Amino acid sequence: MSDIGPGVVVLAANKGFEAPGPSDFNLRDVFFGHQVLLTKLSLLLILGALVAFAFLRATSRKPSLVPSKGQYLGEQAYNFVRNGVAQDSIGSRDYMRFVPLLVSIFFFLVVNNLFSLVPILQFAPFSRAGFAYGLAALVWLTYNIAGIARHGFLGYLKLTCVPRGVPLWILPLLVILEFFSNIVVRPVTLSLRLFANMFAGHLLLLLFAGGGEYMLLHATGSFILKPAGIAAFLLGVAVGLLEFIVAILQAYVFTLLTAQYVGGALADSH
Amino acid sequence: MTGSLNMVGYGLAAIGPGIGIGLVFAAFINGTARQPEMQSRLQGIAILGFALAEALAIIGIALAFAL
Repeated sequence: MSDIGPGVVVLAANKGFEAPGPSDFNLRDVFFGHQVLLTKLSLLLILGALVAFAFLRATSRKPSLVPSKGQYLGEQAYNFVRNGVAQDSIGSRDYMRFVPLLVSIFFFLVVNNLFSLVPILQFAPFSRAGFAYGLAALVWLTYNIAGIARHGFLGYLKLTCVPRGVPLWILPLLVILEFFSNIVVRPVTLSLRLFANMFAGHLLLLLFAGGGEYMLLHATGSFILKPAGIAAFLLGVAVGLLEFIVAILQAYVFTLLTAQYVGGALADSH
Repeated sequence: MTGSLNMVGYGLAAIGPGIGIGLVFAAFINGTARQPEMQSRLQGIAILGFALAEALAIIGIALAFAL
């Protein structure tokens, strides 16, 4: 764990403060290699899946008519995704088919994002872009295949790329734009949004913790530095609270956009 | 003092999405104040608009480090 966080600053103490950067996100392989397969983040990803599964299983294993606190919590969260996200975005005709996917994505993301605030773990797997690309690829395949299965290949292309009710002369331009935005850019923004939020949050925490430590312990030259270091730590705590909101919000936004894309692919008109 | 001008540029670029997100939530608050019973429907739309406006800031921060 010495390769992240304060360790960076301690090493750099002799040559002045080094601001944290993207290189802090390159972790060593757990098994002596060089980022071959298993870093801390891929282990966290597996742990996240297990925790999400364990939570849902524990809260739904023994359902009773008068729910316990745990069952109530699990049911509320499940209800929120099913009715608040899936039904509203996909429509009540065929939303049930996609509820398992959406619920899994939501809980998986919530747990994984909250890892960024759990002591010792302290790293959200999705602050590496590769994991986010993978998840977005899954979503991309889902909504395209769902659309093709419903409308046929050409029908689906027509649905996504040809907007209705526009004059004929502007269609050549619009069709290209719509294809670009609906097929090409969507998965990119979907993954980059998740990745960059987690990335920026972790970077901010690194900056406040590392900078506060440096000002408190190593920096010399002015009496204002030590109070400033304490203030930096307090601000870091505030950023941590903000991160808590962002972690859950991003999981919600990812799930909501997935549902919207699926709903758009299944809809009868553009 | 050394550093990357990318970060200054990113700070400037973040103004746009900041204004955009402000507009989205201003409209959401307005709508809710006028018709409180619409809040649950407006919330999803507002979060969606927020996410789309935020995407610009996020693409910015990715490019600020990458370029």
